[in-house]
Amino acid sequence: MFADWPLLSLLVWLPIVGGVAVLLSGDKGGSEGSRRLALIISVATFVLSLGLYTNFDSATSAMQFEERFEWIGDFNIYYHLGVDGISMPLIILTTFTTILVILAGWEVIQKRASQYMAAFLIMEGLMIGVFSALDSMFFYVFWEAMLIPMFVIIGVWGGPNRVYATIKFFIYTFFGSVFMLVAMIYMYYQSGSFAILDMHNLNLGMTEQTLIFFAFLAAFAVKVPMWPVHTWLPDAHVEAPTGGSVILAAIMLKIGGYGFIRFALPITPDASMSYDWLIIAMSLIAIVYIGFVALVQSDMKKLVAYSSIAHMGFVTLGLFSVFQILNNPANVDITGAVLAIEGAMVQMISHGFISGAMFLMIGVLYDRMHSREIADYGGVVNTMPVFAAFAVFFAMSNAGLPGTSGFVGEFMVILAVFKANFWIAFLAAITLILGAAYTLWMVKRVFYGEVTNENVKALKDLNQRELLIMSILAVSILALGLYPAPLVDVMHASVDNLLQHITQSKLP
Amino acid sequence: MMTLEMLNLSIAMPEIFLLVLACTVLVVDVYLKDERRNVTYVLSQFGLIITLILISQQNPQSREIAFNGLFVNDLLATVLKYAVVLLVAVVFVYSRRYLQDRNIFKGEFYVLGLFGLLGMMVMISSNHFLSMYLGLELLSLSLYAMVAFNRENPNAAEAAMKYFILGAIASGMLLYGMSMVYGMTGSLNIVEVAVALDKIEGNNIVLIFGLVFMVIGLAFKLGAVPFHMWIPDVYHGSPTAVTSYIASAPKVAGFAMIIRLLAESMGSFQTDWQGMFIIMAVLSMIVGNVIAIAQTNLKRLLAYSTISHVGFIMLGLLAGNQEGYSAAMFYTLTYALTSLGAFGVIILLARKGFEAENIDDFKGLNQRSPWFAFMMLIIVFSMAGVPPTVGFWAKLAVLKAVVNIDMLWLALVAVFFSIIGIFYYLRIVKIMYFDDALDKSDINCTRDMQIALSANGLSVLLLGLYPAALMSICIAAFS
Repeated sequence: MFADWPLLSLLVWLPIVGGVAVLLSGDKGGSEGSRRLALIISVATFVLSLGLYTNFDSATSAMQFEERFEWIGDFNIYYHLGVDGISMPLIILTTFTTILVILAGWEVIQKRASQYMAAFLIMEGLMIGVFSALDSMFFYVFWEAMLIPMFVIIGVWGGPNRVYATIKFFIYTFFGSVFMLVAMIYMYYQSGSFAILDMHNLNLGMTEQTLIFFAFLAAFAVKVPMWPVHTWLPDAHVEAPTGGSVILAAIMLKIGGYGFIRFALPITPDASMSYDWLIIAMSLIAIVYIGFVALVQSDMKKLVAYSSIAHMGFVTLGLFSVFQILNNPANVDITGAVLAIEGAMVQMISHGFISGAMFLMIGVLYDRMHSREIADYGGVVNTMPVFAAFAVFFAMSNAGLPGTSGFVGEFMVILAVFKANFWIAFLAAITLILGAAYTLWMVKRVFYGEVTNENVKALKDLNQRELLIMSILAVSILALGLYPAPLVDVMHASVDNLLQHITQSKLP
Repeated sequence: MMTLEMLNLSIAMPEIFLLVLACTVLVVDVYLKDERRNVTYVLSQFGLIITLILISQQNPQSREIAFNGLFVNDLLATVLKYAVVLLVAVVFVYSRRYLQDRNIFKGEFYVLGLFGLLGMMVMISSNHFLSMYLGLELLSLSLYAMVAFNRENPNAAEAAMKYFILGAIASGMLLYGMSMVYGMTGSLNIVEVAVALDKIEGNNIVLIFGLVFMVIGLAFKLGAVPFHMWIPDVYHGSPTAVTSYIASAPKVAGFAMIIRLLAESMGSFQTDWQGMFIIMAVLSMIVGNVIAIAQTNLKRLLAYSTISHVGFIMLGLLAGNQEGYSAAMFYTLTYALTSLGAFGVIILLARKGFEAENIDDFKGLNQRSPWFAFMMLIIVFSMAGVPPTVGFWAKLAVLKAVVNIDMLWLALVAVFFSIIGIFYYLRIVKIMYFDDALDKSDINCTRDMQIALSANGLSVLLLGLYPAALMSICIAAFS
C-alpha cells in the first residue's frame, strides 16, 4: 500500500497542515473537536509512516522514496526528501510518539488546548522534515523551525520557571546551529551544491575538515546533549509539560545523534578520526559523571533528564568508537564497527520509547499530585497497583534489564567498544550499575514502603486512556527487547554504506 | 541643444504624476473641512495606485536615460520603485486611525509623505550626483517635518531637531565628498565618473578623501555605527505612524543611493570603501544587538535592531559583486517589509491617549488577539533570522556572499552577533505569549488595517516558504 504516493511529502505536510487546521478550530465552545482532530491526524500520519516500513527495500543503501524539486533555483536549493535505513526508523518513532503525546495531553491540558495540540502536530511535521531532508538548507530550515513550536510549548504550558528554561533552550540550540550554517555555506562553495549526498563525496583538507567538524559538533552536541553543553536539558525537561518532555527526550535528542551520522561522520571522517578521543571522553563523562549526578536528584523529572544524557552518551560513544575499533589490529573485519553504529541506532530508538515512557509515568503522577519531588511520594503501590507494575517495568528497562529494549542497544555498544579498548568498555559498563541504582532507588522511594501521606492515599489508579498509553509503550519496549532483528535489518545496508564513507579518507 | 527627445519624459512618468498628485492633494486639502479629511486619504491612495500602474508601464529590461543623463530607468529602479510605493501605501493604511485618534489627521501628513516618496523615487532613478542630492534632500526635508508633525509633543520636536541638524551635517559631508570627486573627474554624471575613475591610476589622495566623505554621508543616512546616534531618538520621538514610514521605504531608497553612488560610480575604488564598510558593519552589528538588549521601549529596541540589520545589509554591499549586491537588495526589501509590519502591530495596539510603545504593553497579546500575536511572532522571528521566515533567507544570502569572497571570519562574526540578537527578539515573543495580559481591553481596528497587517505578516512567512521569485528578481537587477 501507499507505494506510489509521495509518502515523505505527505508525512511532512499532513501534520503541519493538520496542525494549522487544529489551530483554526479554536477553543471556543470546548476543545473536544480540536483534540479529536489532532488525534485523527496523528494516527493518520502514523499509518502513513508504516507505509515507509512496508515498502522499504532493506537491501539497498540508496535513498528511497526520493522527491526532488527545484525550490530556490538561484541558490541551488532543492526540495529534496528521501530516507534510508537510518532515518526511516526515526521517522516512525516520531509519528508513534506524537500519538502518545496527543493522548497524554487529552484531559490535562485545559488551557488553550487547540494551540497545544497544533504545536505538537506542527512540530511532528518539522521533525519528520529534519529526518528526511536531503538538501542541507532544507534540513536547516526544518532544524531551526523546530525550535519555534518547542519554545512556545515550554513557555506557555510549562512550570513556574518556564521562561528561563525555554529561552535557555532556544539560545543554546540556536548557538550551536548557526556555526553549522556557515559550515554548510562553505561546503556549498566547495561542492557547488547544497545536497547532503554531494557533500559526502567532497574532498576537504585537514584544516577545513577540523573547522567543519567543530561546527557540526557545536550544533549536534548541544542537541544530543553532550557534557558540558547539556545544562539546558534538565531545565527544559523540568519546566516543560509532560508532552514537551516526551518529545524532547524521545525525538529531539535523537536529532543530534542523527546529525552526527548524516553529517559529521561521512563528511569529515578524517577530522572525526583525529578528534574521536574528545567525543569518547565527553561520552564517558556523560555516562559516568552524569550518572552520579542523576543519583542525587530529588526531582523525578530531573533525574530522568540526567539519565537521558547518560543514555545518549552511549549513542555518541558507539558512533565515535568506530575509529578505534577499525584501527585495532585485533579486528580483522568491520563487524565490530557495524555493531557499534547499529548499537548506537538501536539505543536511540529504544531510548525514544523508554524515556518517553519514563516521562509519561512521571506525568501520570504529576497530574494527580502536582509535585515531582520524590520526597512527596511513598507507597504509591498501595493505591495504584496497576500503575506501579508499569512503572517498575519501565524503570527496569531504563536500567537496561535484559529482555527490554534498553538492554539491546547498550549491550551492542559495550560489546563493540570492547573490541576497541577494554577500559573504555569497562567505564561504559559502569552505567549498567549506576542506571540500575538511580532508577530503582527512585522507584523504591516513590512506590514502595508505607503510604506516607494523605495525598498518596487519595490517589486513583490509571484510567483507560493512561492504561492504553502505558500498555502500548510496554509492548513496544518488550518487543524491541526480545526481537530487535526487524529494526537492525532495515539499517544494515545503510550502516555498511556509512562505514565505507567513514573508512575512506576525504583528504585531497 | 535641448530637445524634447533628449528629455525623454516618458520614462519619468511615475515621478511626474506623483509630483502632480502631491500638489493636487495639497491644494484640495485646503478646501476640505476637518470631517471630510478622508478625501485626502482616498485621493492619496488612489494616486499611489495609479503611480504603480505607471511604473508597470515602463520597460524594465532596457536601461534608459532621461533629462540629459540625470535620470535612469532600469530593472533595479523599477523593482525598488514598486517596493517604495507599496510600502508607503501600506504606511498610509496603518496610520489613518492612529492620526485620527491624536487629532493630527491632517492633509500635510499625506502631502509630506508623497513628497518624500517622490524624493525616494528620484534617488532610486538618479544617474547623476545632483539628482541624487536633490532626491535625498526632498526626502529628508519631508521627513524632518513629519517627525515634528505632532506639534504638541516635545519629544517629537526634540527628535526633529536632532534629526535635522545631524541630517544637514551628513548632507554637507556627502556634498563635500561629491565636490572632490567632481574636481578629480570633471563630471557629476555617475556613468562618466565611473569611466573617468577607471583611468586614474595609483593612490589619489583627493579622491580617497572624497570617497571617505561620501561614505560618511551615506552611513549617516543609513544609520550605520558610528553615525547611528539619531536613529533611536528619531524612532522614539516620532509619532508611530511616522516611525513606520521612516523605518520602511527610506531604507530601500538608501540602498539605491549606495548602489548608485558607490557601486556604479566608484566601483573601481571598491577595495577602498570595502574596508570602511567592514568596520562599520561589524560595529553596527555589535552596537545594535548589544544595546537593544537593554531597551524597554519597543520603538527604541526596533531602532537598535535596525542598526544591526544595517550592518547585515552592509555585509552584502561590501562583497562588491553581483551576488553581494543582490543579497543586500533582498535583505533591504524584506527587512523594510518586516520592519513595517512590526510598527504596524505597535500602531494596532495604540489607541487614543495610549501609545503601546513599551514592551510591557505587549504582555499577553496572545490572549487578547491570537492572530495578531501570531503575526508579530512571524515578524520577530523573521528579524531574528529563524526559518521558515524570510529573514533567514536574507541572512543566508548575505552570509553566502561574504563566504564567497573568502571572508569567513566576517560571516562568523555576523552569526555570533545574531545569537546575541536572538535574546531580545525572544523576549518580545516571551512577553506576548508567556505573560498574562495587564491590559485586557479589546483590540478594535478598522477592517483595512486588519487586512493590510495580516497580508504584511503573512507575506513575511510566504516569502520565507518560497523566496525564489524575489531572489531571482534581485539577481536579475544586477546582471
